[in-house]
Amino acid sequence: MSMHWGRVFALVLRYTYLYRRSVPRLIEMVFWPVMDLLVWGFVTAYLLQLRPGAPGLVTFLMGAMIFWDIMYRAQQGLSLSFLEDLWSRNILNLFASPIRLREFLAATFLVGLFKVLVIGTVLAAMAMGMYHFNLFDVGPALVPFFINLVVMGWAVGMVTVAIILRFGIGAEALAWAIPFFLQPLAAVFYPVAVLPGWLQPIALSIPATHVFEGMRHVLQGGDFPTVMLVHASLLNLVYLAGGAAFFVFMFRSARNRGHLAKLGMQ
Amino acid sequence: MSDEVIEASGLRKVFGKTVAVDELSFRLGRGEILGLLGPNGAGKTTAISMLLGLITPTAGRIRILGREMPKDRVAILERCNFSSAYVNLPSNLRVRENLTVFAKLYGVKRHRERIAELLDLFEVAPLAARVTGALSSGESTRVNLCKALLNEPELLLLDEPTASLDPDMADKVRRILRGVQRDKGISMLYTSHNMRDVEEVCDRVLFMNKGRLIAEGTPSEIKAKFGEQTLEQVFIKVARGGDLVAEGGAA
Ligand SMILES: Nc1ncnc2c1ncn2[C@@H]1O[C@H](COP(=O)(O)OP(=O)(O)OP(=O)(O)O)[C@@H](O)[C@H]1O
Ligand SMILES: [Mg+2]
Repeated sequence: MSMHWGRVFALVLRYTYLYRRSVPRLIEMVFWPVMDLLVWGFVTAYLLQLRPGAPGLVTFLMGAMIFWDIMYRAQQGLSLSFLEDLWSRNILNLFASPIRLREFLAATFLVGLFKVLVIGTVLAAMAMGMYHFNLFDVGPALVPFFINLVVMGWAVGMVTVAIILRFGIGAEALAWAIPFFLQPLAAVFYPVAVLPGWLQPIALSIPATHVFEGMRHVLQGGDFPTVMLVHASLLNLVYLAGGAAFFVFMFRSARNRGHLAKLGMQ
Repeated sequence: MSDEVIEASGLRKVFGKTVAVDELSFRLGRGEILGLLGPNGAGKTTAISMLLGLITPTAGRIRILGREMPKDRVAILERCNFSSAYVNLPSNLRVRENLTVFAKLYGVKRHRERIAELLDLFEVAPLAARVTGALSSGESTRVNLCKALLNEPELLLLDEPTASLDPDMADKVRRILRGVQRDKGISMLYTSHNMRDVEEVCDRVLFMNKGRLIAEGTPSEIKAKFGEQTLEQVFIKVARGGDLVAEGGAA
């Protein structure tokens, strides 16, 4: 699988210019997660007042919020990059250039990773400064958790883009909706055990679920969450392969049905 | 290596019940400018999209610069470029930023010099620092053409590139395109609804209607075939006459 990194970085440069040019985009990128963190931070502070002595149980709300945002931003890195090119009717300029699909994906993956690192740092610093929640309390599992969330975000991002490719700009709301459709199932803010029995197998088929379970396990003083990480990683392999296959399939179909050409000129 | 830049044979594209392109075969020689004419919905954009690998043909074969499309897509597209009145550069980037991104996408060496040269050529150098979305449509058309020439393409595919130019600018752009064709031997496939454009720029013309090639030749040959004084009259005759075929020439 040859990859022409010059073209990948040309695209990364395109998104870098975009964010440098656009104050609203920069603000948007940090505004929502910061607002979210403030809300969850104060909820946590309140719960701690109600139940002093149970910090491990409640601080994970903030960890959950930060982790969720990591997955979400990785997905957005991909789907918003694609939408930006659709909105500006630039997509045909890109696909009439010698770019390969995997180079396009690599560039949007990098953009997602960059967003995740920026926002993750901001949120972790805020949680620490304002609410004394230290993300590093998660310990050595933090890095594999992070990787699993980013990878799942990429997989979900590929599916999102594939669907937008099929249904056009009318389906753009899916870029925001799909992650939030998964949120209740991924057991972000509560354990899988509280879900109705029939929903639990579905929840357990989502990689992020195992990350959130693992995070709660660690923050309650548990040992290294090996089993959960193995589950998350294996599921992610399936998700990544499935997402990429779906993306390639839909792209091929868009070339067949003429959607790619039409979408680019609307 | 053959001297044909494009060899299309038996190209066909069916969308559901619509036959957008039907048995289209043609050649484009090195350094030639070929016009692709036809009424709305004739299949011009579909044909160009197939050449660019944006649409997969239902049937037929495309060879560009001696290679197969879509099999050798990347190798072909490195040596081609494209511009359309309906495709824009990202509106929130500055003109120079957009051109830099595309120069890097096409692996252009010494891209700063190349960009400066093209901005001068199309008289848009003063716009380099402007945000692309703030340009008038005529200005952005010219910036799009700068993008299309960045990689010194051997083949340029232009879908209505002059659609929004005023007569003065359209004339200048025609001269520039003629100039680069003469100096660099660039081949072009050119769709336009502006018959003036076509008569002045194109060496040869393909006339399409309802997906089919109905006439082919130099502008004067086409006019003679249909017994009309101007290409515009030919065009109207074709558009109103439905499947009407040139006198003596079978479709
Ligand atoms: N993606 C698509 N799905 C269905 N039909 C399509 C699609 N793209 C094009 N068509 C149809 O194919 C035919 C040819 O369209 P095309 O855009 O190639 O025409 P054109 O010659 O470029 O017309 P114009 O002068 O209006 O630009 C039209 O009937 C159009 O409706
Ligand atoms: Mg068209």
